[in-house]
Amino acid sequence: MTRPAPGLLAPAHLAVSGLSLSFGGLKALTDVSFEVRPGTITALIGPNGAGKTSLFNCISGFYRPREGHIRLDGQDITHTHPPARAKAGLARTFQNIALFKGMTVLDNIKLGRHAHMKTNLLQALAYWGVARREEMELRAEVERQIIDFLEIDHIRNKPVASLSYGLQKRVELARALAMRPRLLMLDEPVAGMNREETEDMARFILDVKEEWGISILMVEHDMGMVMDISDHVVVLNFGKVIAQGPPAQVQGDPQVAAAYLGSGNPAELMRRLSAVGEAA
Amino acid sequence: MRIATAKETYIADEGLLTTRTQRAWMIVLALVLVLAPFVLNAYWLYLACLVAINVASATGLNILTGYTGLVSLGQAAFMAVGAYAVAFLDGHLGTPFLLNIFAAGLVAAAVGVLVGVPSLRVKGLYLAIATIAASFILHFVFTNWVSVTGGMSGVNVAPARLFGIELASPFALYFVIVPITALMVLAAANLFRTRIGRAFIAIRDRDISAEVLGIPLLQYKLMSFALSSFYAGVAGGMWAYFFRVVTPESFPFATSIFFLAAVIVGGLGTILGPILGAAFMTLVPELLKYVVEWLGPVFPNAGAALSPVRTIVFGALIIFFLVFEPQGLAEIVRRIRRFFHLWPFKT
Repeated sequence: MTRPAPGLLAPAHLAVSGLSLSFGGLKALTDVSFEVRPGTITALIGPNGAGKTSLFNCISGFYRPREGHIRLDGQDITHTHPPARAKAGLARTFQNIALFKGMTVLDNIKLGRHAHMKTNLLQALAYWGVARREEMELRAEVERQIIDFLEIDHIRNKPVASLSYGLQKRVELARALAMRPRLLMLDEPVAGMNREETEDMARFILDVKEEWGISILMVEHDMGMVMDISDHVVVLNFGKVIAQGPPAQVQGDPQVAAAYLGSGNPAELMRRLSAVGEAA
Repeated sequence: MRIATAKETYIADEGLLTTRTQRAWMIVLALVLVLAPFVLNAYWLYLACLVAINVASATGLNILTGYTGLVSLGQAAFMAVGAYAVAFLDGHLGTPFLLNIFAAGLVAAAVGVLVGVPSLRVKGLYLAIATIAASFILHFVFTNWVSVTGGMSGVNVAPARLFGIELASPFALYFVIVPITALMVLAAANLFRTRIGRAFIAIRDRDISAEVLGIPLLQYKLMSFALSSFYAGVAGGMWAYFFRVVTPESFPFATSIFFLAAVIVGGLGTILGPILGAAFMTLVPELLKYVVEWLGPVFPNAGAALSPVRTIVFGALIIFFLVFEPQGLAEIVRRIRRFFHLWPFKT
């Protein structure tokens, strides 16, 4: 299996500072600040409605925050459009899979490279010169680096709609990787997956970090996985950061236990979470 | 049965025709197209040219509606723009035939971009209404800009001339119209093997995630409008040389519906669809005419009684296809192909 050359992509540094977002009178985010250090996995957790997805949507450019800044490698991207962020090296997957159902797996993955390609309309109509060369380079690269890596070679020509949920999530990750991201944002990468699929996905996420050298920011409810693979955990509740730090430290934080359980007993939280993990 | 289709290079795997059978059929089609004018009589040749013109326009509409998901009911108006552009260039400037056809496409594309501007804000039915409004505005322009369009009486177009040969008969025009249409279909097929075609489909399937992938929506929607109306403009230009007179009533609003129906009956979002759809929509009314003639001896006075029935049967056929083959005629072809992939071993 061919792996991408190490150091192909320089991991990005994301800094979110003082971010506030409100919908009418409802404050979705209040003064949120955290960092994703280059080459690490940062997990964003919190109860339902804590503002995790809103925060994701601010970072990927769907929501305009009222205050605060989002910086990618020091460059302020708070007010740029989503396509510009894609060019800057930001890629994301969605909680409810957002693949293009009418296309094959291969075409979905190829779409990820769109912003990096140069073929113009006339070249595309003639399929000659640049268009043809670029398409062939893309195909070779997608095959070697992504399809092999994520073990989806058997489904490359299948329409996405015919795939299982777990495979669709994997194709979405593949498409995000095709964007040559320097920061990869995963919105609930293992939601609704069985244990085997979850373990596969966790392995792929770790491989992406280690072999591709990409910084990763993920929202996830599966505590087992969050505690296993992340380097840094940020806990949100009611739109505010209530705790952040290494997984072990966050686990022991009474405020986190209070947010999840209503009572401040970390041991009880861990017992319940592991019970949920067993049941799944 | 389909065997030995594994490819050793990506270039072979991404070709338009990937099997030997496909290549053989394509050669048969090319031969039929080349030999047809020597076999067909004038009437059928006339129909063949008309089908080719309609295929060009339907292919354009399919790029916009079938692949990009933007419903347009302005295709006839864009064709009219192309036809008037040819009439004007030919009559006032006397520029050569091929240049006029190309320019007709460009003028229509420019108008298409203008009409496409609302597409960033409105989608689906609302966009369809916006394109209807645009066609009525264009119709108004055609009727009232007398110095260019000749008003209600329209403009006459001199026969096309290419390399000193006058192309006045359907026989002569066939050899120009069919290759132009073939090139345009080939270009459309190429487009959907590249990043731009993929971006169009992405916008159709899920515009929000298309944007996250770095596809600027407005630019691509306008590009799709431009391309679609370029095809319409070229088709309209060929139409002008074919019928040699352009009036505001040459491209009534019903023609836009005709093209939308052709694309849907043929199969949205397929290259084959608009070809089959345009041929179906153009030829079936003619074939029904023959059926009526054959029934003449059986039912006296059949002509008078059955002519209206012909329209009803045509409408019923369209409904029949929508209900029983919502994916269009192209899906029937695909099903036949799949059958032969395994034949004679049925699973």
